[in-house]
Amino acid sequence: MRFDVAIVGAGVVGCAIARELTRYRLHVALIDRECEVGLGTSKANSGIIHGGHRAHEGSYKGATEWRGNQLWDELAQDLPFGYSRIGDLTVAFDDGDIEHLHMLLDQGRRRGVSGLELWEPERLQREEPNLSHDVKQALHAPTSGVVNPYEACFALAENAVRNGLTLLLEHTVSAIERRDDGFTVTTDRGVLDARFVVNAAGVHGDAVARMVGAEEAGLRFRKGEEYLLDKRLVGFVTRVVFPCPSPTSKGILVIPTYDGTLMVGPTATWSEATDLTTSAEGARAVFEGAQRLAPGISEGDCIAEFAGVRAVAADEDFAIGTTRVPGFVNVIGIQSPGLTAAPAIALDVVELLQGEGLGLEHDDGFVPGIDAPIRFAQLDAEEQARVVRGDPRFGRIACRCEIVTEGEVLHAIERGARTMDGIKFRTRAGMGRCQGGFCAWRCMRLLAETLDVEVSDVTKRGGASWITLPRLEVEHA
Amino acid sequence: MPDLQPWQLERRYDVVVVGGGPAGLAAAVGAREQGAERVLIVDRESEPGGILQQCIHHGFGLHHFKEELTGPAYAQRYLERVLEHDVDIVTDAYVLDVDPTRRVSLLSGRHGRTEVDAGAVVLAMGARERTREAIRIPGTRPAGVMTAGFAQKLVNMAGYLPGRRVAILGSGDIGLIMARRLMLEGAEVVGVFELMPHANGLTRNVVQCLHDFDIPLHLSTTVVRIHGHDRVDKVSVAPVDEALRPRMAEAWEVPCDTLLVSIGLIPDNELARALGVRLDPVTTGPVVTSTMETSRDGVFACGNTVHIHDLVDWVSQESQLAGGGAGAFASGRRSSADNVRLVPGRNVRSCVPHTITTDREHTVFLRVTKSLAPCSLRLGEVYERPLRYVVPGEMVTLKVRPRFLQGFHGGNLHVDVVPREEAAA
Repeated sequence: MRFDVAIVGAGVVGCAIARELTRYRLHVALIDRECEVGLGTSKANSGIIHGGHRAHEGSYKGATEWRGNQLWDELAQDLPFGYSRIGDLTVAFDDGDIEHLHMLLDQGRRRGVSGLELWEPERLQREEPNLSHDVKQALHAPTSGVVNPYEACFALAENAVRNGLTLLLEHTVSAIERRDDGFTVTTDRGVLDARFVVNAAGVHGDAVARMVGAEEAGLRFRKGEEYLLDKRLVGFVTRVVFPCPSPTSKGILVIPTYDGTLMVGPTATWSEATDLTTSAEGARAVFEGAQRLAPGISEGDCIAEFAGVRAVAADEDFAIGTTRVPGFVNVIGIQSPGLTAAPAIALDVVELLQGEGLGLEHDDGFVPGIDAPIRFAQLDAEEQARVVRGDPRFGRIACRCEIVTEGEVLHAIERGARTMDGIKFRTRAGMGRCQGGFCAWRCMRLLAETLDVEVSDVTKRGGASWITLPRLEVEHA
Repeated sequence: MPDLQPWQLERRYDVVVVGGGPAGLAAAVGAREQGAERVLIVDRESEPGGILQQCIHHGFGLHHFKEELTGPAYAQRYLERVLEHDVDIVTDAYVLDVDPTRRVSLLSGRHGRTEVDAGAVVLAMGARERTREAIRIPGTRPAGVMTAGFAQKLVNMAGYLPGRRVAILGSGDIGLIMARRLMLEGAEVVGVFELMPHANGLTRNVVQCLHDFDIPLHLSTTVVRIHGHDRVDKVSVAPVDEALRPRMAEAWEVPCDTLLVSIGLIPDNELARALGVRLDPVTTGPVVTSTMETSRDGVFACGNTVHIHDLVDWVSQESQLAGGGAGAFASGRRSSADNVRLVPGRNVRSCVPHTITTDREHTVFLRVTKSLAPCSLRLGEVYERPLRYVVPGEMVTLKVRPRFLQGFHGGNLHVDVVPREEAAA
């Protein structure tokens, strides 16, 4: 199979690029080693759309943060994913911090970020009564928001597939060879040709660049641990809260996620590319940091934790651009604010490819949207009644903590969920306080029945992550 | 178990019972016996019986039925009594909300999204298990880490093996039962690790499930790290000091493909909380009167929703009482108001019910904080009873008879469990 463009890596950046390219008459392949899109860095981060005032000027990050921020509204109109501009607050505890607030305010205003405002303690305590009373001043950025990054990936990829994308999951790229008229990409499940290759391989970005002799970014890896708190605390804090960074730490945030649950984190420690472990020290640092911002937060409210790894280029900036290998574009070193910047990066990459010789002819058949999945818990009583009358599967609860129905789980499977994590990140089944104790069996059964596989083939997230194991072979004498 | 047909569901019931586990079944019987005409049980599973259905081991019913039954047999006995009492049951259904007027919002594939009005409501939702995530065990997040109850469902209800080489964190009863169950299923249980210096489950379970199968029980030891990418490949465990902090220098690794966590149950109280029912911060269940009524008029609660029991027999007894209270309430009858508040005192973690009367007999359930033997249970200055021993893993039941409280005219009554010699002094 010959493609115009092959994108290696189906994180939020790869998915956004893929969708942009399907606006044109092109054959595009999106390749990922995992069994579903968005399972790397894109799944495990703070889910923040940064306000636009935060990233340093003179960097690629700074150039794309505000542009990307503005593009999310349009994306959210076209595609169904959890997204809300709840605003953020950067809080100052001393004079040095207050200076930092003014720096951010000036930086934002120069960029044209709208609505930035300094709040005195009185205003802050009125708006966010549960924040520390030691805060001297806060900078409010109404442009900031939160997004469910995995849902954004699913929606971008599903829409791209609808517009003709070839999505190759569970394909691990092992070699890329430059030929006269393009590239041969070898995977563990076959070989494909492409005129252009985009390297959006996240933590594997340098490895993929190396395959073809392109520039590497000197990637190192920074791990962030995040802790999710019980629903009891919904509404405790209503905006994303940032401390001012200290010389040793970027600080622990309090993040009201799109679904209302609070998340606290992240830590930032150098790690291996594949180190997704959480730690006792990490938990301690996160809760200490979070309690400094909002003293009422307690470790006892923790219902889940995770860690994500960001690829960090040697100069700490995004490494986006053409390379010494014609037709091979790097989009690596995408750390914070990479999620915010992703839609802007996608537009830039299309331009870079055009510069490399990719012809762009609009496809009139491009459809910008997909059907929104039903979110039973978010419907009012009358709508719920109507949905159940139409399909009784929506009358059966699969996940009781998050009120997810079997109908929603089945729809998720129809739309590509293949694993327990795939169901969880599409429907929230298993994300609540019981962490799947109640719904896991129901979801396993629905996966097995719908996909016509054995229950014992069901995995948590692909590979050998089986939920059950076969019995040991017993040798009979 | 035939589900109620849509046209059979009434718009109004005297008593609606949320949950068809052992608590809900007994409450329904209690409600009927106390005069409620129309009683409805709403259960989320396709068959009532609750968690008893997956407890295929025996040991149920010794107090209540005076014989030893399996979980499903116990459930069946109760279900038969429920059916004899002409109680409506909807299965595969979920209660989304109970409002202060006791309007109950139901969701079911068969009945749709609908509402019924209740003269009284009994909350009998049971409990959920604490998870690995709740106690933040460090390490990776592979498949193969699960609660003991989920493993029990996989083995006993579905016929799948959760793992072949199993470590168990926590010595709660479900973990102990599952240690034996997995051995019988051909898995190897490499050890049970318990943070506290004592086992958390019933003594009989420690003996019958661990000792009899040569499964080592490591007290004052906890899991400090989970390893493995796709599936668990080992766990690190370490002894803990007196403040329960792991002594990492003495940690060792235990190869296994599965970690079961059996670290306690938490009353399931989403509905109660949404309804504004007052909760006890220690049990995390509703504060209840001697008839198991919560702080909301006409809303009763029982079973593991109120506090975690170790024996289903007590759940049945308590729930029958709650159902009776609900039935009486719905019929417009109220018994005399409670005039004694039980205050957990020395070495007492919790007392249920929270208040009693001086004119009737009450069964009070206590949990102690630490083991003592021999010891004495004291009710203020008015009553004392010697006990051979108490352990935190076993609930203490005390029948408080009116004569114990002769001369006590109401108010706070401290409940203490103290060493014997001190009591004698």
